[in-house]
Amino acid sequence: MQQPGRAAEIKAIGIGKSFGSFRALDNLSLNIGRGEFLTLLGPSGSGKTTFLMILAGFVQPTEGKLFSDGVDITERPAEQRAAGMVFQGYALFPHMSVEANIAFPLKVRKKSTAEIKRRVAEMIERVGLKGHETKLPAQLSGGQQQRVALARALVFEPGVLLLDEPFSALDKSLRGQMQAEMKRLHQETGTTFVFVTHDQSEALALSSRVAIFNHGKLLQVGAPDEVYDRPANRFVAEFLGEINMLPLKGVKRADDGATALCEDRAITLRGNAEAVNGNAILAIRPEHMSIAREAAAGENGIAATAVGSTYLGAATKLDLTTRQGAKVTVSVPNEVAAAALSKGNSVWLTWPAEKGFLLPDGG
Amino acid sequence: MGAALLMAPLLLFLVLAYAWPFLGVVKWSVTLPTPGLGQYSALATDALVQSVFIRTLRIALIVTVVSVAAAYAITMVWVRGSPAQRIVAEFCILVPFWISVLTRAFGWVALLSNRGLINTWLQSIGFISEPLALVRNEFGVIVGMTHFLIPFAVFPLASAMRSLDERVLLAARGLGSSRMRTFWTVFVPMTRSGIIGSAMIVFVFSLGFFVTPAILGGGRSVMIAELIYLRIFQSPDWGLGAAISVVLVLFVGALMALLFRYVRPKQLI
Repeated sequence: MQQPGRAAEIKAIGIGKSFGSFRALDNLSLNIGRGEFLTLLGPSGSGKTTFLMILAGFVQPTEGKLFSDGVDITERPAEQRAAGMVFQGYALFPHMSVEANIAFPLKVRKKSTAEIKRRVAEMIERVGLKGHETKLPAQLSGGQQQRVALARALVFEPGVLLLDEPFSALDKSLRGQMQAEMKRLHQETGTTFVFVTHDQSEALALSSRVAIFNHGKLLQVGAPDEVYDRPANRFVAEFLGEINMLPLKGVKRADDGATALCEDRAITLRGNAEAVNGNAILAIRPEHMSIAREAAAGENGIAATAVGSTYLGAATKLDLTTRQGAKVTVSVPNEVAAAALSKGNSVWLTWPAEKGFLLPDGG
Repeated sequence: MGAALLMAPLLLFLVLAYAWPFLGVVKWSVTLPTPGLGQYSALATDALVQSVFIRTLRIALIVTVVSVAAAYAITMVWVRGSPAQRIVAEFCILVPFWISVLTRAFGWVALLSNRGLINTWLQSIGFISEPLALVRNEFGVIVGMTHFLIPFAVFPLASAMRSLDERVLLAARGLGSSRMRTFWTVFVPMTRSGIIGSAMIVFVFSLGFFVTPAILGGGRSVMIAELIYLRIFQSPDWGLGAAISVVLVLFVGALMALLFRYVRPKQLI
């Protein structure tokens, strides 16, 4: 349907937006690669939707420049940008049939009747709406309306598709189905996708890169595993999923990482230990910690007491308290949790050196 | 039960003030001067009655088109304009309700008559030598009625425009549609129920107009309500006047029934 070369490459330089005294977006610079699936992730009010609206041309930035394929489009009005957009709540034309909705952008572009007919039929087939052509949006289910919105935004082969929380109104099972479908559409069309969500699992599952926003600032951009395993700061670490934080003392940089004292035990870290010395926070995801009878010499580990558990089916979430009173959560096989809780509750928590990472103390 | 009790005074009023007298009018139409349907068959052949009916429909139609179009523009400013524009629009919509229909009709006479403001001014700048016939004809009637009815046309339109999802308009623009095209292919169709409601209200109102056509038509552009008045109060022909009234009420009733097939009453306010 489309040459991957048609996908747009977008460059934002120093974008800022103020609404009166409210700073919605602050000095944002970001490159969106050709054919990339980029997710803008953040809590509500973090600026992610404002940035999407700036990309679409509905909101004018107060400062900064926006380039599409090297051309400055900062001042270009929305109707000339040719970005496909899927809105929260879909924003279908309620007075037009499914067919007419999808044909709208082609009619605007004055395509021939034959071409419109062909491309609309092709798109309807592609999103699985065959048999619903003449229905009005109000006669469709939420998932079907979602498909019409996607078809309408993709039928004119835009260089970039912008999606504003498109799944927020769908129930969980339909959500998963639509996510898979969107991933397929992304691969088939090769178009650049920019997707806004506040759901971290959705962001990690779908995107080639995730951009995390908070308070109008872009905090980190990277591949899902990169931002999950190596978050740049505490907000990113906590927003992307549950995480344990342990205070460290006497952090010293070593060849391939750092050494430190955790609850008076020497531990080692591998990887990011940049610019941290003295006191810091050790962050480890619950699934990266294990329960052991004891920690071998040289192995990272601290003593802890199991205090409670939550059965999750495939695994059990075990809550522990360390000797110095820090609360830790680990995700372990069900029988390990049962054993830890039964035998006097006293266990060791261990983790591989490369799975722990340092965050600045208090930051 | 409580609701029925609250409704009772209104129902009683409607029965006493409208339904009961109207039954009297129906009775006149089939008893005066002689019992039978003679007045209705006379109605069907009377050239004067027919020409008045046709004129009334024509005037009502023109007034409806002009009023709804003007009201559409005003409503857009009122609902979608800047805060300052909204206040001005609201003022323009509400003030006419405080001025009597009679005062407004005479106001138009003062503006439009041969020695009125408009003709005097046009003559003084030498644009015309003879005064234009702006009043005591159909034109004057249409101007006066349109002026009176525009505010009534605003409310159904405002209701439709307020309930419109702003994102749909953004979506149209995002898909490449110009503002003009978005207006005609998305905004106007989406306010369809408001347009229908507004047009029906103006049209039905226009059919029964009395004061404005009587003053601005100057007896030369008689509409149906004035004809009924003349038949009852000036020529002693109560039977024919009553028959015309009955036909008018039935016609309006049929129009209202048609309206409520397309628009829910809630959408009219």
